[in-house]
Amino acid sequence: MLKRQHLPIFVTMALFALMFIAGSFQYTGFFSAQVLLNLLIDNAFLLIVAIGMTFVIISGGIDLSVGSVIALTTMISATLVQDGWSPAIVIPLVLVLGSLFGAGMGAIIHYFKIQPFIVTLAGMFLARGLCYVISTSTITIDNAFYTSMAQTKVYLPGGNFVSISVLIALLLFAAAFYAAHFTRFGRNTYALGGNEQSAVLMGLPVARTKIGVYLFSGFCSALAGVVFTFYMLSGYGLHALGMELDAIAAVVIGGTLLTGGFGYVAGTLFGVMIQGVIQTIISFEGTLSSWWTRIVIGMLLFLFILLQRLFNSRRLLQKHRA
Amino acid sequence: MEERRPILHMHDIHKQFPGVKALSGVQLRLFPGEVHALMGENGAGKSTLIKVLTGVYSIDRGHVEMEQRRILIQSPQDAQAAGVSTVYQEVNLCPNLSVAENIFIGREPRRMGRILWKQLNRAAARLLEDRMHLTIDVTLPLQSYPIAIQQLVAIARALNISAKVLILDEPTSSLDRGEVSQLFGIMRKLKNEGLAILFVTHFLDQVYEVSDRITILRGGEFVGEYAADALPRIELVSKMIGKELKELESLPRSAAASEEARGELLLEAKGLGRRGAVEPFDLAIRKGEIIGLAGLLGSGRTEAARLLFGADRSDRGVLRVGDNDSIHSPRQAIDEGVAFCSEDRKGEGIIDDLTIRENIVLALQASQGWFRTISRKRQSEIAEQYIQALNINPPNPDQLIKNLSGGNQQKVLLARWLLTDPKLLILDEPTRGIDIGAKAEIQKLVMSLSQKGVSVLFISSELEEVLRVSDRIAVMRDRSKVKEMAGEEMSEGRVMQAIAGGGEG
Amino acid sequence: MKHHLFWPIGVLTLLLLFNLLYDPSFFSIKVRDGNLYGSLIDILNFGAPLMLVSIGMTLVIATKGIDLSVGSIVAITGAMACLTISRGEDQNALGLVITAICVSLALAVALGLWNGLLVAGAGIQPIIATLILMVAGRGVAQLITGGQIITISSDKYKYIGAGGLFTLPFSIFLVAVVFAAAMLLTRKTAIGLFIESVGNKPVASRLSGIRSGAVTIAVYLFCGLCAGIAGLILSGNVSSADGNNAGLWYELDAILAVVIGGTSLNGGRFYLGGTVIGALIIQTLTTTIYLTGVPPEITLVVKAFVVLLVCLVQSESFRQSLVYRFKTRRYPAEKEVKHHA
Repeated sequence: MLKRQHLPIFVTMALFALMFIAGSFQYTGFFSAQVLLNLLIDNAFLLIVAIGMTFVIISGGIDLSVGSVIALTTMISATLVQDGWSPAIVIPLVLVLGSLFGAGMGAIIHYFKIQPFIVTLAGMFLARGLCYVISTSTITIDNAFYTSMAQTKVYLPGGNFVSISVLIALLLFAAAFYAAHFTRFGRNTYALGGNEQSAVLMGLPVARTKIGVYLFSGFCSALAGVVFTFYMLSGYGLHALGMELDAIAAVVIGGTLLTGGFGYVAGTLFGVMIQGVIQTIISFEGTLSSWWTRIVIGMLLFLFILLQRLFNSRRLLQKHRA
Repeated sequence: MEERRPILHMHDIHKQFPGVKALSGVQLRLFPGEVHALMGENGAGKSTLIKVLTGVYSIDRGHVEMEQRRILIQSPQDAQAAGVSTVYQEVNLCPNLSVAENIFIGREPRRMGRILWKQLNRAAARLLEDRMHLTIDVTLPLQSYPIAIQQLVAIARALNISAKVLILDEPTSSLDRGEVSQLFGIMRKLKNEGLAILFVTHFLDQVYEVSDRITILRGGEFVGEYAADALPRIELVSKMIGKELKELESLPRSAAASEEARGELLLEAKGLGRRGAVEPFDLAIRKGEIIGLAGLLGSGRTEAARLLFGADRSDRGVLRVGDNDSIHSPRQAIDEGVAFCSEDRKGEGIIDDLTIRENIVLALQASQGWFRTISRKRQSEIAEQYIQALNINPPNPDQLIKNLSGGNQQKVLLARWLLTDPKLLILDEPTRGIDIGAKAEIQKLVMSLSQKGVSVLFISSELEEVLRVSDRIAVMRDRSKVKEMAGEEMSEGRVMQAIAGGGEG
Repeated sequence: MKHHLFWPIGVLTLLLLFNLLYDPSFFSIKVRDGNLYGSLIDILNFGAPLMLVSIGMTLVIATKGIDLSVGSIVAITGAMACLTISRGEDQNALGLVITAICVSLALAVALGLWNGLLVAGAGIQPIIATLILMVAGRGVAQLITGGQIITISSDKYKYIGAGGLFTLPFSIFLVAVVFAAAMLLTRKTAIGLFIESVGNKPVASRLSGIRSGAVTIAVYLFCGLCAGIAGLILSGNVSSADGNNAGLWYELDAILAVVIGGTSLNGGRFYLGGTVIGALIIQTLTTTIYLTGVPPEITLVVKAFVVLLVCLVQSESFRQSLVYRFKTRRYPAEKEVKHHA
C-alpha cells in the first residue's frame, strides 16, 4: 500500500526517528526503551485528545474546546469521587457527558451552519467557566481506585513498563485506526472533509457524520480527562490550559491538512511522540527553562508546515487541468 | 400512443429567491423508458428545477408525484431514496477519495461492519470497464484524473445506485465527441431497460440525437412539452427565446478584415510551453486580428491561453507582448494590455459577495493601484453604461452578482475586461451556458472589437462559432498546437480533420 | 432590521440599560483632577486594547485569514518596551520612552510581517501560520523578560495606558486615531475593495490583476501594529510587562468582537464599526459581571452564551427555523419518500 499520498507520514516518522537518535547521541541514558515508553506514559492524554481532534480536522472542522473539557472532566470526577461516588459510576458518567457536550456542539455547527471555530470557542469558554463554577481551587483526589490507577505499572517483556493510561490510549488508537479505514463512518468523514457540498449531494449522512465526529472528539476529551485525572490526581480549572494547541500541533505535524480530507490517525501518533521527544530533550538538557519547549515546538511546526507545503505544491504542479 | 402514466410528475412548481422569481408554475412529466430533454436559455430555470427535484432547494408552492404518489423531497438523501439520481455539471464527487470509493461511498460492501476494500475496488474497476469502457487505476484519488474522466465516474455512480429517474445536468459540457457518443449509447440502453432520463442541455444537436420528448422553459415559466420528432429546430429555438427567430444569420463575415487592418505584431510566443500542461507552441497575434482556438476539451487550449496571460508560469520558450518579454503574472500581462475572461466563471471570474458594479470596475481599479481610486459615483456611471450596452439583467448595479444567472454573470465579466481597454482580449468559452440571443450579441461584440483594432483570442468548443468570427484558426490536439489555417482554408471539415488528426484525407 | 449594525448596537444598548437598571449611577460621570471618571469611561479605557486588536483582526479575517498570534504580539511588545526602558538610566526620559516605543512597535510590525510572509509568500494557511507565533510567542516574550515580570517606573510611559487628554483617557484617542486611519484607508482607497475581493475569491482576484500578496501582507502587518499599540497601552497601564499573562486569550476575544460586529469568518465584506461595537459589548459584559456581583468565574460561561446567541441570531438557518415554527405547515407529513426503493 505504499503510495505517494503516504509520503507525509513517512516524513513524520523519519523526523521522529531522527530526533530520538539525535537525543541519544547527545545525552547518556536517552537511548533506552523506557525513555521511549515514557514518551507515551507522559503524553497518553495528549494522544487520546489528538486522536479525537484528528477526526474532527479530517472532516474539515476544528475543536477548540478539548482542553477545557479535559479540565471540566477532572473537576466533575474529583468532586463526585470525593463526595463518595464510586468510580464505576463516575467514569462512565463523565464519558457520556463529554460525548453529549461534543454532540451538542456538532449539532449547533451543522443545523445552524455556524463555523466550527466559533462554536467550539464558545464550548471552550463554557467548559472552562463551568470548571470555575464548580470550584476555583484544586480538588485533590485520594480515592483508592484512582491512586492505584496512577501507580500501576504494566510490565512488558524486557523489564520495561507502561501505565494503564498508555493501554487505554493505544486501544483507542487501534479503534480509531480501524474506524478511519474500515468503517463507513470513517470514510464518510473523509468525504465530508474532501468536499462537503458533494457529500450532501451524494446523499451521504452528513448530519450524522458531522455530529458524530464532534461527539467522538468530546468523548476523547472526556477520556483524556479521565486519564489526566489518574495522572494528576486532582481536579482543577486550570488543567490542560492550551492543550488544544498541542493537540492541533500534533495533528498537523502528523501530516493532516487543516483544510480537511487528508490525514492519517497514525500520523497523529507520531506527532504526539515528537512533542514528547522535544520535552524529553529539554528536560535532559536541564539548563533550559520550560518556555523553550514552546519556542521549539513553534519552530518545528513551522519547518514541518513548510515541508508539507513544498510537497503539496509539487503534487499540484503535476495535476492535470481539464 | 397508449395512455401511460408518468413515473415522475411535477405540478405547478413555484420558487422564489431574493429579487428573482426563478420558477413560476412549471410542470414536468417523465415517463419510464424515455429520454426527456429539458431546454431553456440560461436564467430560464432549468438548474433551479433540477435542484428542487433533488432536494437542494425547497418548493414554495406546488408538489411532486413519484409513481402517482405525492412525495416530499427535502434533501438529496430523500431524492436518492425516492429513486432520483443526479449527475451535475460540476462533478460533485469528493476529489480526495479514490475513484472506487467515490462510486461506492455510502454503500460500501461490508462484512460485519468492516469495509471490504478488495471487493470494492474490483467491483468499481469492473463497473467502469463494462459500463464506461474505462480502464483506470481505481485506487488513485479522483483528483489525479482530468474532469472528463471524473464525470464518467460520476455517471457510473449514478447508474450504480439503481435509479428510477436519472437526471443528467449538462453532462456533455466537458466531454469530447467520442465520450458523448458513448454516453448516448449508454443512455439509450438504459432507457430501453425502463429508466426515465431527464437530460438537461443547451446543445441542440444532442437534443435531437438522443431525446424522445422535450420540455421547454422560458423566464421561469413552462412553455410546453413536445415530442422531439414533432418539433422542428426552428420552432424549438423560437419557443426558447420567445420570438420569431430569423435563423441565426451568418454575421457578415468580413472574412479577411482587410489586410491593412492587420497591424503590428502585438504578441509573439515562440516555443512557449509548460510541462504537463501544453507542449511548446508558436503563436503570433497582430493588432485587430481575431484568432480562433479550436480543439477538443483537454486539448490544452485553456492551458495555452493561461500561459499567454501569465496565469501560469511557462517553463519553456519565450513570450513577448509589446515590449515586455517576461510576463510571469496576470498583473504584468494586464499592464501590457492583455485581458483574460476565464472559462471557469464561478471559480475564477466573479467575486460572489460583491455587487455588479464592484465586479465590473475590479480589473481597472487593480490597474490603477491602491490610491488612485475610482469614485463611487464614477463606478455607478461605468456600471450603468455596461449594463445597458451588454443588456445585463437585472439592471441594478448594486445587485449582488451571485443572484444573477450564469449568462448575465458572464456579461459582467466581459464588462470588467472591456473596461480595461485591452489590446488583446482572450475569451475562453465565452458563450458556454449562454442563451442563443446572448451568444449572437457576444459574437457581434467580438467582431466590432476587431474593427476597433482590438485583437481577440477566441476559444470555443462550438466549431461554427469559431469559424464565424475568426480571421485565423489555430487547432490544438492532445496538448499541442497542430495546425493553423486562414482565409479560404478555414472550413468546418478541415478544422474537424485537424482536430481529429490521423493524416490528411 | 437588515442593517448590519442593528443587532450589535441593539445588544450593546440592552447591556448598558441592564447595567443602568441594576445600578442607577452607572451612567454617571464625575470630574476629578481635570479628568472624567465613571463606569462608561472605564469601559472605553479598559476596552481600548481589545478594540485595537479587533480592528486589526477585522481586516485579516476579511481576507479569509485569521491571526491567532495577536495575544503573543501584545505580550512581546509590552515586554520589549519595558525591557528597553528598564535598561535606561532615567526611566522617565522622553528620548528613552520614545525609543522604547519605536523599537517595540517595530518589533510588532516585524512579527506582523512574518505572519504575512508565511501566508502570502509561503502559501501557508493562516490558522497554521499564525499558530506558530501563538505557540512560540509566549516563549519569546519570556525570553525577553528573562522569565520574570519587568516593572518600570516611568510616568511618560504610563501615560499611554493611564494618562488623560482633554478629560478623556489617552488610550481612547489612540483607538480613535487607529479607527479613523483604518476607515480612511479601506473606504477612501481601493484597499478595502481589494481586501473584500481577495477574501471572497482569491483566485479570481489574482486573475483580475490584484496584487493579492501585497494586500495580504498589508493586513497582517496592520494587525501586528494594532496588537503592538494595544500591548503598549496594556503594559503602560500597569507599568510592567508579564510575558505569560499579558494579552492572554486576546485573539479569541478579538475574533468574537469581529464576528459579533457582522464580519463573516469566511472573509469578504467587513464592518469596522461593527467590530468596535463588538469589542465594547465584550468589555461591557465583563463590567456587568463585576457590577452585579456575579463571581468572575462566570465571565467565561456568559461569554460562551453571548457568542452562541450572536451567532445564532446571525445565522440564516436559525432565523428560518424560528419562522418555520410559527408558520402553518405546507405539506402534510408525507414522508412516503423514505419507503421507496
